[in-house]
Formats: sequence, C-alpha cells, structure tokens
Amino acid sequence: MIKFFLMVNKQGQTRLSRYYEHVEINKRTMLEAEVIKNCLSRSKDQCSFIEYKDFKLVYRQYAALFVVVGIDQTENEMAVYELIHNFVEVLDKYFSRVSELDVSFSVSEIHL
Amino acid sequence: MPAPIRLRELIRTIRTARTQAEEREMIQKECAAIRSSFREEDNTYRCRNVAKLLYMHMLGYPAHFGQLECLKLIASQKFTDKRIGYLGAMLLLDERQDVHLLMTNCIKNDLNHSTQYVQGLALCTLGCMGSSEMCRDLAGEVEKLLKTSNSYLRKKAALCAVHVIRKVPELMEMFLPATKNLLNEKNHGVLHTSVVLLTEMCERSPDMLAHFRKVRQLPSSQLVPQLVRILKNLIMSGYSPEHDVSGISDPFLQVRILRLLRILGRNDDDSSEAMNDILAQVATNTETSKNVGNAILYETVLTIMDIKSESGLRVLAINILGRFLLNNDKNIRYVALTSLLKTVQTDHNAVQRHRSTIVDCLKDLDVSIKRRAMELSFALVNGNNVRGMMKELLYFLDSCEPEFKADCASGIFLAAEKYAPSKRWHIDTIMRVLTTAGSYVRDDAVPNLIQLITNSMEMHAYTVQRLYKAILGDYSQQPLVQVASWCIGEYGDLLVSGQCEEEEPIQVTEDEVLDILESVLISNMSASVTRGYALTAIMKLSTRFTCTVNRIKKVVSIYGSSIDVELQQRAVEYNALFKKYDHMRPALLERMPVMEKVTTNGPTEIVQTNGETEPAVLETKPPPSGLQPANQANDLLDLLGGSDITPVIPTAPTSKPASAGGELLDLLGDLNLTGSPVSAPATQIAQPPFLLDGLASQPLFNDVAAGIPSITAYNKNGLKIDFTFERSNTNPSVTVITIQASNSTELDMTDFVFQAAVPKTFQLQLLSPSSSVIPAFNSGTITQVIKVLNPQKQQLRMRIKLTYNHKGSAMQDLAEVNNFPPQSWQ
Repeated sequence: MIKFFLMVNKQGQTRLSRYYEHVEINKRTMLEAEVIKNCLSRSKDQCSFIEYKDFKLVYRQYAALFVVVGIDQTENEMAVYELIHNFVEVLDKYFSRVSELDVSFSVSEIHL
Repeated sequence: MPAPIRLRELIRTIRTARTQAEEREMIQKECAAIRSSFREEDNTYRCRNVAKLLYMHMLGYPAHFGQLECLKLIASQKFTDKRIGYLGAMLLLDERQDVHLLMTNCIKNDLNHSTQYVQGLALCTLGCMGSSEMCRDLAGEVEKLLKTSNSYLRKKAALCAVHVIRKVPELMEMFLPATKNLLNEKNHGVLHTSVVLLTEMCERSPDMLAHFRKVRQLPSSQLVPQLVRILKNLIMSGYSPEHDVSGISDPFLQVRILRLLRILGRNDDDSSEAMNDILAQVATNTETSKNVGNAILYETVLTIMDIKSESGLRVLAINILGRFLLNNDKNIRYVALTSLLKTVQTDHNAVQRHRSTIVDCLKDLDVSIKRRAMELSFALVNGNNVRGMMKELLYFLDSCEPEFKADCASGIFLAAEKYAPSKRWHIDTIMRVLTTAGSYVRDDAVPNLIQLITNSMEMHAYTVQRLYKAILGDYSQQPLVQVASWCIGEYGDLLVSGQCEEEEPIQVTEDEVLDILESVLISNMSASVTRGYALTAIMKLSTRFTCTVNRIKKVVSIYGSSIDVELQQRAVEYNALFKKYDHMRPALLERMPVMEKVTTNGPTEIVQTNGETEPAVLETKPPPSGLQPANQANDLLDLLGGSDITPVIPTAPTSKPASAGGELLDLLGDLNLTGSPVSAPATQIAQPPFLLDGLASQPLFNDVAAGIPSITAYNKNGLKIDFTFERSNTNPSVTVITIQASNSTELDMTDFVFQAAVPKTFQLQLLSPSSSVIPAFNSGTITQVIKVLNPQKQQLRMRIKLTYNHKGSAMQDLAEVNNFPPQSWQ
C-alpha cells in the first residue's frame, strides 16, 4: 500500500504532498525533512530504495526535485518506481515541459 | 475590502521570504485576511481563499478553520467551487473531525448529478476519506455506479468500492454481482481498477477467495482463465500507443494481474496449473533492457515462488533472479537480493549456485544492498562452505558501517556455533570478532563464549595465551576484556607455566599477569562489569599462583574502600576470605566445572524444522536441579557468617546478570553444579539476558484471546501432557502453547526432556522448561512454553518426543498431536 507521495526540492521545501494514511500535521514536516535528508545523502549510483523505520522509500530525482513515495512490504518496488516516472511524464505532457515552478504554482491541479 | 489575492500571488510572495520567520509572518497575515473574508460570507472569493489555505496546509501550518468553508464550497453549484471544495475535504477532513458527516448529503446528491465529472469528484472524495457510516449510507449508490456504461465512472466507482470494503468489510457481498462483468471491459482503466477490487476482496475474505477459485458453470466466466486471457492479449498484441510505456503495453495492469494470480494460486493446485503456461510465457518474452520489463519479471518471479508451481518454473525463476544479480543497475540487484532472501528457505540449493555473486555484493558501496547481502550470506552458510564464507564475513565486519557490526557479529557467532569444523577454528573466529568489533558485540555473547571455552578442555592453554596477547596491547573493548580476564583467572597457571601445544609458548611471569589485570581495574575505559570480572580473576589467581599472593591480598584490600558498591562488596568478601576463612579458600576457588551447553533460545532465534519426519533436536537441556544449589548457596553463605558478608543473591541487580551469576558460582565452585550459569539464581533474580528476554516478551501475550480450549496432547503410562493456548492480539500468527506435564504414577520421573517438531510452514521456538523432574502422584508439574509462528494460518500439527527416567529405566516415546482446536491456529 502506498503510504504517501511527496515532491520535495533540494532545499527541503515541499512542493506537493499527499498522504494516504493519517499523519498529524506537525509530524508531517518532520517526516518530510527526514525523508529528504535520507535521499540527499545518497549518491547517484546507489539504489533507489531505502528502508526507513518500518516501511520503504522509493525515490527518484528529477533535476532539483525529488519524488518520494512511501510504500509498505506488499508493494512491488519496481512497479512503484515506474509509477513515479509515469506520473512525471504525464505532468510533462500536461504542462508541456514541466518544471518545478509549474508544480509549485499548480498544486490544486496536480492533486486532482 | 480589497479582493483577496490569488493563489499565485501568495505563492510568489512566500517564495520571496528569506527566512522561516518572514515566511511565518506572511502566512499569518494572509491567514488573518482569509479569516475575515470567511466571516463576511463572501461567495465569489471563497474558492480562492480555500485554495490558498490548502497551500498553507501543505507547507505545514494549521488550517482547520477552513473545514466548514470546504463544505460550503461543495454545496455550491459552480464546478470550480466544487472542485476546490472536494479537494479541501480530501486533504483537511478525515474521520476524526465531526464535520465530515455533514458532507454525506452533499455527496449523495452529487453522486446522482448529471455531469460525470461531478460524480467523479464525489466518488473520489468518498473513496479517499469516507468513514464507515458514510460508506454504509452511500454504498448503494456506489454499487449502482459500478454498473453504468460510462467507463470513466466505472473505474472511479471500482476504486471507491475498494475503500468501502476496507472500511466496512460486511458490505463485500453487495459488490459481488457487479464484479462478474467487470473483466469483460475493453477499457484498461476499468480493467485495472476492477483487478484492484478483486484483489482486495480476495485478500480480505477467504470465502471470496474460494468463491472466485471454484469451477463455475460457464468456463468462460471463471476468474483464472479470464485473467490469463487478458494477460496474454497484453503480451501478444502489438504496439498500442494508448497504453505503451517504453515498449511494453500497460505494464501496470500486467503487474496487477500477476499479483492477483498470485493470491488466487497460493496453496491451490488447480489454479496454479492453469497459470503455469502464461507465467512461463511472460518470463521468457518480456524485454529486460528497460526497467519496466524488469519490474514485470520481478512480479512474475514473486508469483512463481508463491504458488504451487512446477519445479521447472521455479528453476526458471531463480535463474532470472541470478541474472538480476549480475545486472549493473543497483535497484535490480537490491530487488534480486530481497527475493532471494525470501526463497532461500525453500529452494536452498538453487540459491547456493549464486553464492559467489552474493558474496561480492557484500563489497558494494550501497548500504541497502550490503544489508541484504549480509542477511542472505548468513542464510547460505552451511557445513561445506563455512570456512570460505566466514573469511568473507570477517573481512566484511572489518570494513562495514557501525550499524551493521552488531548484527554481523551475532550472525557470525550463530553460524560459527552451528557449523564450526573444529574447536580451534571456532575459538579463532570468535577471537577475531572480538578484536575487530569488540565493542559492538551483544552482551550475551560473553557468557556463551566463556561456556564454549570451558567446554573445549584441550584448548585452554592456547585460548588463554591468545587472549592474553590480545589484551596486552589494547584493553578498551569490553567484551574482549571480560572474556580475557575470566580466562586468565581460571587458567592463569597454564599461562605462566608456558605449556601450549598449538602455538609458540610465551614466557609470562605472574607479575606481568597481575600487572595487566590491575591496569584493567584502574583504567577509565573499563566498565563496572569489566572491573568486577578483573577483580574476581585476581582473586582466583591467589590459589593458582604461588609467589604473588601478598600482592593479590594488597590489591583486594585496596578495593575494599572503592566507591563502586559492587566492587567494594566483592573486595570486602574476598578480604574476609583471606582473613577468616583462609582454609576454605583453595576449595572455593577451584577450577570451574565444565558447564553444560545452555539453550541459545532468545526472542530473536527461531529454530527451523526440516520437515515432519525427523523431530528437530532442540537444545533444551534439563534445567538443573537448580533449586537445590540455590538452597545450598544460602546455607553456605550462612556458614560464612551472616554479618559481614551480605548475601549476594538479593542485592545483585538484574542489569549485571553475568557477573553476579559468575561470582556466585565461584563461591560455590566445589558444589559440583551440573547446571548452567542460568541455574543458581534461577528462580529469583539475576537471570542471564537471553532467558530474561524470553520472559520479558511474555507480557506481550497478556492480551489473551478469550478462552481457547486446552487439550490433552498425550496421556500414556501415567504421564499426561496438557496444552493451553494463548493468542496475541498484536501478532495473530503467533500462538503460545504452555505445556504442563504431570505424573500420576507412584515414582518420580527424572531427566524429563520434551522435544517437538512441526511441519515446514511453521516455525517453532521452545523456551526452557521449569525443571526436569515430574514428582509422583500429580503433586507437581513441569511447565514449558512453546511459541509457534504460523504465518500461513494452516492447521497446526505437532510431533512430540518425550524422554525420561522412570523406575530406574530410560523411557522414550514419540507421539503426534492432531487435536488442536481451530481457534489456536486460525
């Protein structure tokens, strides 16, 4: 099951966040900060799946934006990896050559 | 009042903020503006304000005052308002707020709206955050929408149904008739969501699963063939621009179908047979150059492993995994290692073939890969390859990150214990671990190691020599120093006399040995426990060494006024030994008898059984006549004079179990204890960590599932064994069985040993029994706890073997227990 879907930039600012399980609001910022810290400390040739607390993070970097998805044990990690890529491609088509600014300004559209 | 700013403006202003404080200020200002605007009940700008509020919520600021506004937006007629309103509802509201119930009516109306987009919005929101009451009310509407011809709506309705089922499982039957036609769709969106719905149904309820598996009248309406057909079409069809992702058509749907097939085929021969062909086809035809293909192959491999596939297919799957391992892409290697770990239990030999690649992965730079490779390597160690593997693992231990060292060290100990080809090798390996990762070794390794050393009598001289050399240079690693000081205390005479067959004997004088021990005592790096060990060792040497007894007496008396209470107590007692009881000293400080091997059962270790035929030999040794030495200990301490020697037992804190146990045994050296260090303070306090852990985990099971009936498992020749069950609510696949053995004959049964074996799909853990003697005439019982892990919820069966001495002769019996009540394993 997917637990959350985040798009965070390198400075730690959240551009998009969607939680599929209830997480309290103050915990959310902490979670996002920790997650981005984990992802930033990875080098390029390291694996995209991180084990974090009791679930896994699948992340993918696009320029300065990290897309991170939290999944639990029943999900196929590679399929989620593909899903991230598919999502980015869709955004690309929608905004014709999407960039981080597009994501930040059209939050409501992206949600839906 | 001026029109509120648009969302974009807000975002732009926030982006210009340089510091967190500036940002907060801007947001607060904007919040105040929004609040006043809400109060004015201004319809035109409400949606803009709520959009801004949602943005701020995403950044982490509280936005609960916007909830009612969302409701108002939902109720309005404009589509843009509704859109923002529903989005706000999805993000801000959930079951915990009371406001959400007000939405029910709105959603109901919108579900029947004329525009499909509005209906879609309502379905989305319901599927996202509907509570169980809402779901109950609206399930009928959802079901109706499942049957419409509009595919846009059908797919949203299917996802909504998934959520409804998750919240209110009783409503599952309601959606059953609608699912019949779902798979006949052409639209991939609907197909995908219907597969998700079916998956959810099958996962939730075994009845549904059986229903979907069974043969129905029309072969074309059976689930498995339908899925197979769809999958085949996907693979066979050529390029389809609508669903193509890097050359493979709709991989997401393929993966979903494979997952559903896995659930259907698990433990079911017919379904598995029907799937064999298609799985082989997918496995061979999928292109592996891109990540997409690999994702599909990964899912296929997982499916093959889980269902009852034929062996050719399994070999194919493991070969695919082997290919993954050689791939350059890290992700794929990680995934391969993870799946190999799952399969290594069942297909051990096939995985062995890839052992060298796995060992290479230990040297990889990536942390996740290293962890997986380490776990897998431990699983692969067996009698044949233990030397080679151990070399690699020791090298890994040298170079790995600190977070791994503890796990690696314990893994190495376990593996060495099981497969050591020779005692010397075993001791060498343990010494190597202690010197390289000494400070990360778990505390219970020290008593285990000490016991191992006492067991190998011919190696004493060699061992003590090596240990001495090891701490000569560096005595900062606590476990190493503890073991070394214990050994030097015991075998100091061997060290000094310079006999050693295995290695070059070194010349050590008694003074040098005492120097080392004293420096351990003085050093700031030594933990309190270590100092205790060192002091006891010095004391023991007073009988082994001949010319330095005065020096020892001096050292011991110095510590009689030490600040550390533990040390002071010991020193005072030893002083007393010198002064008043000098005649008893040699007898008390004699060489320790060989300790019997103690069970290494801790909460982390589960013993695997190989099958039903051979009862697994679990190392349960009869717990000692532990009660008697404890009584004798009390007597002895009385002998030694109550006033100046406070008895050790009640005051020994549980945090220093090993040392307390060790010290007591030193004093009781001549009582010929046949028990393990566990035994002496057995009943009351200082119990070694591994037993204590076992006991500490008992409170987990206090939330007992109400009254599972107990059964009589065995009743023959006057020996009756009863099983009582407990299930834990926190972990439903674990069953705790407490056995009670009682004896109705007129003579005691001694040396009673209970062993058990379970079928392959279970895991068994046997904790230490309360004693090994069953008194006659039902006047007492032996209790023992068994934990059974039953992940597949299969029927519990057990084969037990009992050995005991009765009426002077050894008895042995094998029995099978089949009458487990269903509540114990379901």
